[in-house]
Amino acid sequence: EALVINDPDFQHEDLNFLSRSQRYEQAIRKSALMVMKLREYGIADPEEIYWFKSFVHRGRPEPLDLHLGMFLPTLLTQATPEQQDRFFMPAWNLEIIGTYAQTEMGHGTHLRGLETTATYDPATQEFILNSPTVTSIKWWPGGLGKTSNHAIVLAQLYTQGQCKGLHAFIVPIRQLGTHEPLPGITVGDIGPKFGFDEMDNGYLKMDNFRIPRENMLMKYAQVEPDGTYVKPLSDKLTYGTMVFIRSLIVGDSARSLSRACTIAIRYSAVRHQSELKPGEPEPQILDYQTQQYKLFPLLAAAYAFHFVGAYIKDTYRRISGDINEGDLSELPELHALTAGLKAFTSWTASAGIEECRMACGGHGYSRCITFTPSCTYEGENTVMMLQTARFLVKSYTQVSSGQRVTGMVSYLNDLSMQRIQPQHVAGRTVTVRINDPVSLVEAYKARAARLVEAAAKNLQAELNHRKSKEDAWNRTSVDLVRASEAHCHYVTVKLFTAKLSEISNAAVRAVMTELCLLYALYGINKNTGDFLQVGILTHAQITQVNQHVKELLAIIRPNAVALVDSFDFHDFHLGSVLGRYDGNVYENMFEWAKKSPLNKTEVHESFHKHLKPMQAKL
Amino acid sequence: VNPDLAGERQTASFSVEKLTAQLDGGAEHTRIRRAVVEAIECDPVFSREDQYFQSQNERYEAAVRKAVHLQKKMHEMGWTESGPEFKYIYRALSGDVAFLLHRIFMRSISVLGSDKQVAKWIPLATQFRLIGSYAQTELGHGTYLQGLETTAVFDTTTQEFILNTPKISAMKWWPGDMGRSATHTVAFAQLYIHEKCYGVHPFIVQIRSLQDHSLCPGIIAGDIGPKMNFEHIDNGYLMLQNVRVPRENMLNKFCEVQPDGTYVRRGSQKINYFTMTTVRISLISDEVIIPLMKACTIAIRYSVVRRQSKLKPGEQEAKILDYQTQQEKLLPPLAATYAFHFINDYLQELFNRGYQEIQRKNFDMLPELHAFSSGFKAMVTQYCTSAVEICLRACGGHGYSLLSGLPSLYTKILASCIYEGENTILLLQTARFLIKCFMAASAGQPVPPSVTYLAAVKPGKCPAKNKLDFLCPDIYTEAYQHMAVRLVSSTAAKLQDLVQSGVKKHDAWNQCTVQLAQAAKAHCHYITVKNFAETVEKLETKAGIQKIMKHLCDLFALHGMFSNAGVFLHDGYVSGAQMDMVTASYLDLLAVIRKDAVPLVDAFDFTDKSLNSALGSYDGQVYQRLYEWAQKSPTNKQMSPAYERYLKPLLHNTLSKL
Repeated sequence: EALVINDPDFQHEDLNFLSRSQRYEQAIRKSALMVMKLREYGIADPEEIYWFKSFVHRGRPEPLDLHLGMFLPTLLTQATPEQQDRFFMPAWNLEIIGTYAQTEMGHGTHLRGLETTATYDPATQEFILNSPTVTSIKWWPGGLGKTSNHAIVLAQLYTQGQCKGLHAFIVPIRQLGTHEPLPGITVGDIGPKFGFDEMDNGYLKMDNFRIPRENMLMKYAQVEPDGTYVKPLSDKLTYGTMVFIRSLIVGDSARSLSRACTIAIRYSAVRHQSELKPGEPEPQILDYQTQQYKLFPLLAAAYAFHFVGAYIKDTYRRISGDINEGDLSELPELHALTAGLKAFTSWTASAGIEECRMACGGHGYSRCITFTPSCTYEGENTVMMLQTARFLVKSYTQVSSGQRVTGMVSYLNDLSMQRIQPQHVAGRTVTVRINDPVSLVEAYKARAARLVEAAAKNLQAELNHRKSKEDAWNRTSVDLVRASEAHCHYVTVKLFTAKLSEISNAAVRAVMTELCLLYALYGINKNTGDFLQVGILTHAQITQVNQHVKELLAIIRPNAVALVDSFDFHDFHLGSVLGRYDGNVYENMFEWAKKSPLNKTEVHESFHKHLKPMQAKL
Repeated sequence: VNPDLAGERQTASFSVEKLTAQLDGGAEHTRIRRAVVEAIECDPVFSREDQYFQSQNERYEAAVRKAVHLQKKMHEMGWTESGPEFKYIYRALSGDVAFLLHRIFMRSISVLGSDKQVAKWIPLATQFRLIGSYAQTELGHGTYLQGLETTAVFDTTTQEFILNTPKISAMKWWPGDMGRSATHTVAFAQLYIHEKCYGVHPFIVQIRSLQDHSLCPGIIAGDIGPKMNFEHIDNGYLMLQNVRVPRENMLNKFCEVQPDGTYVRRGSQKINYFTMTTVRISLISDEVIIPLMKACTIAIRYSVVRRQSKLKPGEQEAKILDYQTQQEKLLPPLAATYAFHFINDYLQELFNRGYQEIQRKNFDMLPELHAFSSGFKAMVTQYCTSAVEICLRACGGHGYSLLSGLPSLYTKILASCIYEGENTILLLQTARFLIKCFMAASAGQPVPPSVTYLAAVKPGKCPAKNKLDFLCPDIYTEAYQHMAVRLVSSTAAKLQDLVQSGVKKHDAWNQCTVQLAQAAKAHCHYITVKNFAETVEKLETKAGIQKIMKHLCDLFALHGMFSNAGVFLHDGYVSGAQMDMVTASYLDLLAVIRKDAVPLVDAFDFTDKSLNSALGSYDGQVYQRLYEWAQKSPTNKQMSPAYERYLKPLLHNTLSKL
């Protein structure tokens, strides 16, 4: 961290004042420099690289992200040893800069719908790559527009006249040396976006572009010289990279929400507004209950997601160890877990970031705030939720047929037992104690169980009505998404609660318990319908929950600034005038504004061009 | 036209043209609106074609050029500020024009200035001999006016006010047109005479030379830097250092400082107060409802062109609008545009009536109007902002491209939650009115018509027996009414309890603010549902319009119940079983409205130029347009210096350096 902050090479003008071309240039400059420095300091550990990278780019995406995050890992996991010899070292040394071209203009999350084709020609032992329609143009890959000279392209493989589904190919796109696009390749930048200004997201169109047979990544599936297709052992392995990326996004959601909370809470302690008591000076806006109600639940969520992220990372490490040894039994649950939690946390985080922005009033609207833009990449969230739902329904069906399920869904086992004792609901209501996190986990568990059951039953009812499975699924999808959300919410509360007992410092455990309670109770407060409708909680308990939420706000208030300071974001990394550690907000906003391009000259040129002539004429 | 989109239009259950006329308030208005839009869009000076690629400097310059050209255009076309065309000009320009604050400058002089001041300044402003701005907000102070720190000290010897920015948080910050354009501004400052403070007053201050546009002595002003949107507006900062303005520059219709320093108050300020509240209502249509209509148009048209995954094996990939989850995202916002369009009509009428009363010196309606303007501004801006964001996300990756038009709609509408009063504060003002009325009603005193329902507390239960009962407006309107009454009355009771237990009044208030804001929202939600249902009753039954509007009204109401189930279930007014019926009816409606989704957005009648979206155009040629527009990006025209400077050394020399 200090290495970057103290290095004058990494300083530059505020990005907000630069055009997109300039921002791209700065990002490339820093990336190039970063790679040199990493080598110079001998940093090779992935975790350390990650931190170094996030400090160089202040947590913003950069053109080499896909090279480091997708191109190199995909080579490692999907290339044969021969292919690694050919490509890996040049890529590691950045003679080859690569990207990962999957998404097409007309096709996103539904991979099987991709239209790009790779047709094998046994005569020359080459694949012929084509973008047959406008909708098949590769669209969005980062670093593709201007930076990369190679891409891993996902395309439908055709050999011996048959389609064999999606496969990955290493495709050179720009001439080494001149960096000009190769003949048959059309490549460029997709234009301005909402955020991500420094990234050259690109398009790629291929017209009868030929690559040698050896450029198909063949660790699993293979095409032999005569065109014979050899099937991989498991189809699921190709999804491994995506699952990995999704698990990282959960951690990123926690971080961006923490950043936004840091900015909004510090600013709310500096800003004074109106009066609470007549005659007294204007109070800090953080003293208003409405402001606390906006920000503290988000602070609690930021901590909750932090623990969820750590859990997924550990689980992923553990399971991926098993995968290399060929044990795939936990893959379905991992897939279901990352998909749903990715959607759940990024939804909450991006809504939370907007809430933080709004909580800063007018100044939240200025670019000097730099809240990270929210993102829907790596799988549209609704689709993610439905993947989780598919797993939940499957588990429910297993339970109904008498099998037991394990892992996070094991609560579904209880459902079958409850059916034997129909009095369960009334029995449970009294047992929920609203100031005990463990008891609240039970309430969330009951809610998830009941929504999964309801969705599964509605699905069954639809199935009985009409023939088509797909229609029934579609007509139940709103219920299914609710069930998934409830499941993810339960998992989050459960993991947060589980974390509490691991904290040894008593003061830290006390404040974390308050946050955990706030997180759980606020979730009930926002979803009272789910808890009331089937009697998990009574009306009286809901009133108590609402009251307890407000009490917790007042309890957390004195620790609020300390809780965001604990995230330990350096000012340099926050990049926000409102969120400064020293709280000198107004002085610095003024200094910042003076640098705006419109202020470069005291009299703007439009005065001479337009204003003056108009005044003369009228 | 893309065949997927064309197919959607053939099955419309109603006449699109008739509905457009209904929205415009008559076919004649539609004709005028189209003529204005046509005249503006065919003029290349007003083009927004390159907007997404321009820098802040270029956007500003274009906005000034358009503002200047607009004067000429209006003259050419014979449009006047009082003519029927005027209100459509801003819509046709999509707000992309400078000098909007110039108008506020003129309005504040007309309202707050004496006849003499009006006679002196208004002609100058009309002829653009000067350009005005309106400087109220300070770096450290927003909605709470009494907190402003700028000072104006009267100097009897020279008959001047001396204006000062005593510290950095007192600097004027945000006023539009002030960073670069304005020559004058109306600045709000604390008035001091003989060291006594008389509160905040408005002063006309010249900030730039009328000859060479340089800053006047004692003035520090400039642009506040990039924002999330409004790149074309030069929002500015202003610091005053011993700036002297003549005594006549204080706007003095309601109060005057006489030459010897005597402070005289005259007339009632109430009418002025009223004018400010109308600003909140006037922005709802142009700044909030229209952007949501545009976002719905783009997202819904795109959702019938985009195909994704298969609903049935062996078939083509399905239109994403055929997915229930996509319908659930887009159709409730579509219903909301209509709900808010009608509530806006209702408010306009109410305010016109109020204005006439006030001119007759009858101020009885003021508190009610004020509560209306605050509450509805907050509810509508908040709802529409979330809805535009939903539309943006519903378009997947392409929604994030600026070329979709959605990011700029979103960042623009987001600002509406903050300007003209921060939403939470506004809701609390409405809540204060509601609590007061509830207390009065409980004590048997008369209350304004919009809140008489608070007196008629009926305990009871929701009478619905099956899911079809929830398609009856009386059933759901009653449920909303019950919920609003419950929230207002329980919060009032809570406040009373706290005060009786010895908590000070303002502390008690702060402890209830979360509930108070919720109660205010519930009140506005109820009025919106009720007004929608009543409007549908009155619509003509011909051409299928009433039928489709009834569906939208049901959807708006049931979606509200579905997504706020807890507040309806809380006291058992609606039972768990009834909530399942609500859900079932709500989901059924999605499938019904789905069929008319495209005609319903076509009826908004936006031209492709006004949408300025690669995803939302009428012909649905989404992918071709996206590809063509991307190629226009400057990043593809210029060879980036980054390759020669950084990439090339990286690609060629790193090995030797390592």
